[in-house]
Amino acid sequence: MWEMAKQRDAYGETLVELGRKRDNIVVLGADLAGSCRLKKFGEEFPERMFNVGIAEQNMTGIAAGLALSGKTVFSSTFAVFATGRAYDQIRQSIAYPELDVKIVATHAGITVGGDGASHQMLEDIALMRVLPNVKVVAPADYNESRKATFAIAEEEGPFYMRMGRSSVPIITEKNDPFELGKATVLREGEDVTLIGTGIMVSECLKAAEMLNKQHDVDAKVLNMSTIKPLDDESIVRSARDTGGIVTAEEHVVSQGMGSGISQVLAESNYHVPMKRVGIPNVFGESGESDELMEKYGLTAEHIVESAHDVLERR
Amino acid sequence: MPTLNGSKVEELEKIARRVRVHIVRSTNEAGSGHPGGSLSATDILTALYFEVMDHKPEEPNWPKRDRLVLSKGHAAPALYGVLAEAGYFPVEELMTLRKLGSRLQGHPHVKTTPGVDASTGSLGQGLSVAAGMALAAKLNREPYRVFAICGDGELQSGQIWEAAMFSSHNNLDNLIVFLDRNNLQIDGSTEKVNSIEPIISKWNSFGWHVLEIEGHDMDEIVDSVERAEEVHGQPTMIIAHTVKGKGVPFMEGSLAFHGKAANDKQLETALEALGEKNGGD
Repeated sequence: MWEMAKQRDAYGETLVELGRKRDNIVVLGADLAGSCRLKKFGEEFPERMFNVGIAEQNMTGIAAGLALSGKTVFSSTFAVFATGRAYDQIRQSIAYPELDVKIVATHAGITVGGDGASHQMLEDIALMRVLPNVKVVAPADYNESRKATFAIAEEEGPFYMRMGRSSVPIITEKNDPFELGKATVLREGEDVTLIGTGIMVSECLKAAEMLNKQHDVDAKVLNMSTIKPLDDESIVRSARDTGGIVTAEEHVVSQGMGSGISQVLAESNYHVPMKRVGIPNVFGESGESDELMEKYGLTAEHIVESAHDVLERR
Repeated sequence: MPTLNGSKVEELEKIARRVRVHIVRSTNEAGSGHPGGSLSATDILTALYFEVMDHKPEEPNWPKRDRLVLSKGHAAPALYGVLAEAGYFPVEELMTLRKLGSRLQGHPHVKTTPGVDASTGSLGQGLSVAAGMALAAKLNREPYRVFAICGDGELQSGQIWEAAMFSSHNNLDNLIVFLDRNNLQIDGSTEKVNSIEPIISKWNSFGWHVLEIEGHDMDEIVDSVERAEEVHGQPTMIIAHTVKGKGVPFMEGSLAFHGKAANDKQLETALEALGEKNGGD
């Protein structure tokens, strides 16, 4: 059906292109340069790539010092270390002074798989979206990861970008427009809106097909690739036009994208039924990606079920 | 053979005295702040900004300037006093310290205060930021130097040692760090709370060039930077032995004034001790 590719491959390839275009781009890694796909950049620009070792707090401070000196810094490691280990460093040294640092994390979410709960970061959106000055991006696939990397390099200021470990379906086209802060409509529909972010966008598309074929429900699908700032306008318009919202994210439901969307709706004039698909407030466990998606409620079937719940409450 | 002549030392000491007056006055006016650790770092900051560093108060963001990261951000009143004396902003503005709407936040903030090079306050982070700046200078082949001032209690923080390792690994000889060794942190003596000694061998073993000076001696402070500059391929840690509360007798060596300002009566005593009552200079 869809071609598959890893988002981090897109990130690594794009970094090299950015490095060729701009000589003020510096890349930092913390002993996961291979996993985060930083090595190509390092091979082409050895003088602009620094591996700080297993020292994420220092990496974050080094990024701040470089940015204070005119560099645009891409600082990358696994999501759990990037946001959790170095939280206070991001807050004090990057967010507060609003520096041009891009914290780009791979291995976010439960699909990390076998490594288990210690490495499955399910709280990073919550941690980053609450920080003033920090914008949060979660591209849906390979093509978007590429565009998002270019876009956050272009826009000055702190960004957090999250990507997963696994290969995920390529659901957008190379030439599709991409704009930070703007959701894109991947499927028009009238009965309910499915809003996904990251790898859950493809599950939303699958769910929309299932709803259409099996239940005669016409679902709209929105790709919310920027989680902060949220595209309030398109959220409210979707609520108005379809009368029901289902959100889907590979993150704890309590403080993620869906929470943000529920806040937007609560303060709008369209208090439509809503259901958030995501992981309950629990730690993950070891397993295959698809097994974990199934067990923790992240499949298209779960989205379909939630859509029915929303439709019944209308 | 002293590095500075007598009149230069006298000039620096006069400035430092005025900075100490600013510290006790501004924290008293604010009703809070950290005079003790500000007073211990005053001579180092004064010597740096008035003798050592290449900077332009009229152009705070001059790209080629030497930088300073006050890792012990709670000594902001000392930094602000020095910056005001240097002409970054009016001396009168010091009395707005910690007040609503002031450019002088409780801890240094790069976005609000002219002359401040990094936002600090959460301890243990400034050395990494300074190392990042030093790395950028190397990348740009710029000759500017990066100075940092760390508190001794900060050495208990793990990130300091991450930065220590990184700086020597990357041969950041343009990074010169002062340790304000006043022996006290908020809960007591550093050696009682969680011993940081032996400091010299720790930094030596992390690949640093280490110097030890009397941190209230202008000539020693300036001379130590010259000695640091002679070393290539290694960052320098200058362990500056200081006295918390230096210059205000009832604050000297006192824990009480780590994080508490003088009240009005104590301010009178402090100003008298600093020679301000007799018209100062």
